[in-house]
Amino acid sequence: MSTDTDTKVAIRDLYKIFGPRAAVMTEHVRAGMSKDDLLDRHGHVVGLRAIDLDVTAHHIQVVMGLSGSGKSTLIRHINRLIEPTAGEVLVDGVDVLGMTQQELREFRRSKASMVFQRFALMPHRTVADNVAYGLRVQGIDRAESAERSRHWIDRVGLTGYEDYYTTQLSGGMQQRVGLARALATDAEILLMDEPFSALDPLIRTDMQDILLDLQSELHKTIVFITHDLEEALRLGNNIAILRDGEAVQIGTPQEIVMRPADDYVAEFIKDINRGRAIEVASIMESGHVNGAPEVDAGAVLDDALQSLIGAGAEVATVTRDGKPVGSVRLERIAAALARPD
Amino acid sequence: MELFDKFPTLGDQELRDLKKAIDRGFRDFSRSHGEAIENFFDPLLQFLVWFERLLQTSPWPLIVLAVAVFAWLGARNWLVVVGTVAAFLAIGYLGMWRDTMATLAIVSVATLICIAVGIPIGIAMARSDRVQAAITPLLDVMQTIPSFVYLIPVVMLLGIGKVPGLIAVCIYALPPIVRLTNLGIRLVDREVLEAADAFGASYTQKLFGVQIPLALPNIFAGVNQTIMMSLAMVVIASMIGVKGLGVPVLRAISNQYLALGLMNGLAIVVLAIIFDRISQGFGKNLQKHRRDEHRH
Ligand SMILES: Nc1ncnc2c1ncn2[C@@H]1O[C@H](COP(=O)(O)OP(=O)(O)OP(=O)(O)O)[C@@H](O)[C@H]1O
Ligand SMILES: [Mg+2]
Repeated sequence: MSTDTDTKVAIRDLYKIFGPRAAVMTEHVRAGMSKDDLLDRHGHVVGLRAIDLDVTAHHIQVVMGLSGSGKSTLIRHINRLIEPTAGEVLVDGVDVLGMTQQELREFRRSKASMVFQRFALMPHRTVADNVAYGLRVQGIDRAESAERSRHWIDRVGLTGYEDYYTTQLSGGMQQRVGLARALATDAEILLMDEPFSALDPLIRTDMQDILLDLQSELHKTIVFITHDLEEALRLGNNIAILRDGEAVQIGTPQEIVMRPADDYVAEFIKDINRGRAIEVASIMESGHVNGAPEVDAGAVLDDALQSLIGAGAEVATVTRDGKPVGSVRLERIAAALARPD
Repeated sequence: MELFDKFPTLGDQELRDLKKAIDRGFRDFSRSHGEAIENFFDPLLQFLVWFERLLQTSPWPLIVLAVAVFAWLGARNWLVVVGTVAAFLAIGYLGMWRDTMATLAIVSVATLICIAVGIPIGIAMARSDRVQAAITPLLDVMQTIPSFVYLIPVVMLLGIGKVPGLIAVCIYALPPIVRLTNLGIRLVDREVLEAADAFGASYTQKLFGVQIPLALPNIFAGVNQTIMMSLAMVVIASMIGVKGLGVPVLRAISNQYLALGLMNGLAIVVLAIIFDRISQGFGKNLQKHRRDEHRH
C-alpha cells in the first residue's frame, strides 16, 4: 500500500509535437520557439512542451487550461493513447512508453481507466453491458461481469436502468454510466477528460458530489481535466495550469488563488468567489489573542467573517484540530476578499 | 501536318496481331488451367445444383410457408407477409414457379458468396488506407465495365453453365457490400473506438465488439444492394446458361413475345421488392437501440 505522499504518475520533460517531422521540430521547441511561430514557420503544432508533473497517489490532480492548451493531449499520454515526441511517463516507477503492446493493453485493462467528455458509450450495448465492458475485455465471464456491473450501477445511482440503451438516457445519466464503467475495472488510476463539462451546472454539481463521495471511500489517483476553476478548486488537491502546451503553474488550490504565477493564471481566478475559495490558513498570521472567537484553519473566508461579525470581534484565533495555530484579523480578511489587480 | 489530320494508329496488321496474341495467350491459359479452375469451383456447383433442386422439388406450400416465415422475421409486418404470399401464389399460378425457384437459388447462393467474400475484403479495406486505395479502383472497374465484356473471359475459362453465370453475377453484385462494409466500419464514432482502446481492447475485440456491430446498418444496406444487383443480373446471366426467369425473358426478346416478357420481367421485379423489404427489415431489427431514443 502506498502512502499519501507517494508519486503515482510521474511525467518527465514531456514534449508532443503534431506533424510529420515532429522529432526534428522538438529542437526548435526546446530552443524556445513559440507555438504560433512553429505553426507559421514549420506548419507543426505544439501539443505539449517540457511538462514535468508528479501526481500524488490517492489525490485528485486537476489540469486546467483554455481550449487547445493541451489538456486532452496530456491526459492521453498517461495511458499512451498518444505517443509523445520526447519525454517519459512513469506509473508506479514503470515507464509506460517502454511497454509492449501486450503490456500496454494489460496496463489499460487493470491499472488506468478513463472517463470521456462526450461519454463515448457504446450505443449498441445496454447500460449494464456498457459498465461491464472493461471486465468483458479482460476476459471475465458474463456472470461475474454482470454482478460487478450491477454493483457499480448501484453506486452511481442508476439502479433500475440496467437494461436501457444509453441513447435513452439524459447526459447526466450517461456520464454516470461512463463513471461506473471506469470504476468497474478497479483501476487505481482514473483519467477524467472534462467529464462534467457537457452537463448542466446543477447536474455538474451533483456529479462532483458523487465523485467526491466515491473518492472519500475509494482513494483513487485521479487526473481530472476541467476548464472551470470553481470545479478545479472544489475537487483538486493539486492544480496544474496549462497554456499553449506549457505548465505555467502547478500548486495547491490555495497557492493558485493567493499567488497566481502570471497574468494568464490571474485571468483564470479573477472571477471566482474569493470568500468561498480562500481558506483562513492562507492568510493567517502567527501569534494569537486570548479570548478571541475561534475559526478552523480550513474554513473559508466567508465563514470566518461570519464568526467574527457574529462575535463582534476584530480578530479570531485560528485553530487546527482544536489547537490554536495563529490568528486572523478582520482587515486581512477584507483585503484578501478584494479582487487583486 | 499529316500528324494532326489523322490520328496516329498502330498499323492494321500489328493491331490484329496484338489482339490475336492476347486471345491466344488467354486461350492457352484456359486450356492448361481451365480444368483446375473448374475443379476448384466444383463444390460450388454441387451446392448450387443441390439447392436449386431442393427448392424445385419441395412441395410448393412448404416453400410459400418458408418464405412467409422469412418475411415475418425480416419485416415484422403483416402487410409484407401477405403481399409476399400473394406474389408467390400468383407467380405459381401463372406457371413461373420452376423458373422462379431457379432464380431464387442462384440469387441466394450469389448473395451468400458475396457476403462471405465481400465482408472480409471490406474489413481489410477499413483497416488499412493502402488496401483501400488498391481495391477501390478495382471495385470501380467491376461496377462500370459492361457485363458482356467480362462474360467473355469467364466463358472462355469455364464454358457455358451455372458456375460462370454465378461468377458473372458475383462480379457485378460484390462491390456494394465491400464498399458499405468499409464505409460502415470507417464511420464508427472515433470516440467510442478510443474508449475501447482506453479499456485495453485488442484489435479483434474492437472489430467484433464495437466496429462490426456499429457498422451493421451499413453492412445490411450493402447486403440489400447486393441482392438487388444479383437479381438485375439474372437476365444477362441466362445468356450463358443460367436457368431461371431470365431464360423466358431472353426468349421473349428474340421472338417478340410481349406477354411472356412482361410476366417474367414483372416476376423479377416482385422478387426484388420482396427481398428489398425483407432485407431492410433485418437491418432495422439489428438496431434495437435506435428505437424510441431519449425516453428521458
Ligand atoms: N491529432 C492532432 N493533430 C494535430 N494537432 C492536434 C492533434 N490533436 C491535438 N492537436 C492540437 O494540439 C493542441 C492541444 O489540443 P488538446 O486537444 O490537447 O487541447 P485541449 O486543452 O484538450 O482543448 P479542449 O479544451 O478544446 O478540449 C491544439 O492546438 C490542437 O489543435
Ligand atoms: Mg480536450
